[in-house]
Amino acid sequence: MFPTPIQKAPRSWQITYQSFLPLALIFWLLPLIAVALFSIKPEGDFSGGNYWSMPSSFGGFENYGRVFFESDMPRYLLNSLLITVPTAIGAVALSCMAGFALGIYKFKLNLWVFFLFVAGNFVPFQILMVPVRDLTLDMGLYNTKTGLVLFHIAFQSGFCTLFMRNFIKGLPFALIEAARVEGIAEWKIFVYIVLPLMKPAIAALSVLIFTFIWNDYFWAIVLTQGVDSQPVTAGITSFNAQFRAAYHLMSAGAIVAALPPVAMFFLMQKHFIAGLTLGAVK
Amino acid sequence: MSTGSLAKSEYETANRSWYKRNEISITPWLFLAPAILFFLVYVIIPIFQSFEISLFAWDGLGAREYIGTENYVELWDDPAFYTSLKNNLIWLILYLLAIPAGLFIALFLNQTVMGIRLYKSLFFFPFVISQVVVGLVFTWFYDPTFGLLNTIIGSVGLGPINVLGDPTYVTYGIIAAGLWPQTAYCMILYLTGLNAVDPEQIEAARLDGAKGWRMLWYVIVPQLKPATFIAFVVTIVGALRSFDLISVMTNGGPFGESRVLSFYMFEVALSEYGFRMGYGAAIAVVLFFIMLFFIAYFLYSMYQDERGR
Repeated sequence: MFPTPIQKAPRSWQITYQSFLPLALIFWLLPLIAVALFSIKPEGDFSGGNYWSMPSSFGGFENYGRVFFESDMPRYLLNSLLITVPTAIGAVALSCMAGFALGIYKFKLNLWVFFLFVAGNFVPFQILMVPVRDLTLDMGLYNTKTGLVLFHIAFQSGFCTLFMRNFIKGLPFALIEAARVEGIAEWKIFVYIVLPLMKPAIAALSVLIFTFIWNDYFWAIVLTQGVDSQPVTAGITSFNAQFRAAYHLMSAGAIVAALPPVAMFFLMQKHFIAGLTLGAVK
Repeated sequence: MSTGSLAKSEYETANRSWYKRNEISITPWLFLAPAILFFLVYVIIPIFQSFEISLFAWDGLGAREYIGTENYVELWDDPAFYTSLKNNLIWLILYLLAIPAGLFIALFLNQTVMGIRLYKSLFFFPFVISQVVVGLVFTWFYDPTFGLLNTIIGSVGLGPINVLGDPTYVTYGIIAAGLWPQTAYCMILYLTGLNAVDPEQIEAARLDGAKGWRMLWYVIVPQLKPATFIAFVVTIVGALRSFDLISVMTNGGPFGESRVLSFYMFEVALSEYGFRMGYGAAIAVVLFFIMLFFIAYFLYSMYQDERGR
């Protein structure tokens, strides 16, 4: 293990390390702690100009209450959910199939198709912006959640296929060969043999895609406008316009908008990190 | 008996459906079809369409007018383009700091003490938050009247600095905000990598008297190569995709000094400054070629890797 385990270090150094850890964490999360503090301060603290003192009273209930009941925030959150979940399902489904094809079969164009997905995954969004917006307009899907979902599924299937293909490549190929010897149809091999083994990859990828799509901002402002279809990342701009300079409410709004992926991360931590770091170890 | 069964199987082969006979070669394409279709329509074809659109003058609604390379000629003399290009370069270079910073934090946290798992999760926290919120958080952090930054430097008698209002500081201020989640990402990659470092090699190196920096550089870092490669890829892609933070924090300002190509392209094509799709597409093409340089490198590395297997 590197660096040397702290247990082998002198006692004084151990204590220094243990007490330094929380300090480092507070320093690292300082901007966020500040916003969390703002979000529970009552309005009076701000008009009185005492931004950085302890809250004079707990205003959390009122602030968060107003975010939920006096703004469009719940609507934006719902939109985000209705965009994020179908995208995760769609992208994972497409990439399970594509990953199976690229991970199991040997054919001439295999590596080329794979690299097509990988390369497409890295292109800057801007090179797609004008044609995709145009296409979405032509299909009558501009400013709809469906339009956004379709694009997200397509774009995410690049990364997802990369992920799934590498995962499937790591499965024991003998299983497939054994099934073929038994004369099992190829699609049954996928459904009954490979798919059950992909559960951890599916979990990891779903969590990742949920977070990526929830946090998307660029495509939200390119393909949607207004409260009917915009997700929360885009909606927060109009939210902030509504509560201009009301920092306690804007802070509460920001925290509400950030919370779902954070909750997802803490609940599914193992899968999330497994997904994010696939390939970081040989 | 044996000849009989042979004849029967030959008979079966001839009569098996065309699909059955070609099952192994057709199945992959059936499985690939939906993903390829989506990807072609929404990603691959639009790239070429953007190339085409960059040769037109087009407001996105009316008729297109073919103008050849005029958009690119205009770009050549556009000072805003050079500001964006310069800022892109600054982003690319400074964003790479996330890699050593992430390694540093990973080394700091790679211990087994009480509650270390929670510490690791909390250090990773910034990456999970959307860049829009990160942008808002840092905008308030930098605020010249009440922001935490100026409160802190004010307490030692300095400032106030209006980071986001000052053309010299603005890009660095936004990059610092971007480095926050990016460092967290690199950290988690390295923590995973460090988990897999071979303990025997470390012991062997210790017996040879290696420690500290020499150990890190000659024994640990080479073993972290896969993690470093991924960290490099995601950091470069992240740097060239920087849009959210700029849009939220400064909207390109002050005086367009914090623009990068991705933001300038959006501004030209879709904001209140006008709907110049052709000119925007030309900027996107330039950005694409910058990225293509890196994509080629990534694919080349992956190709070497595939052949090595």
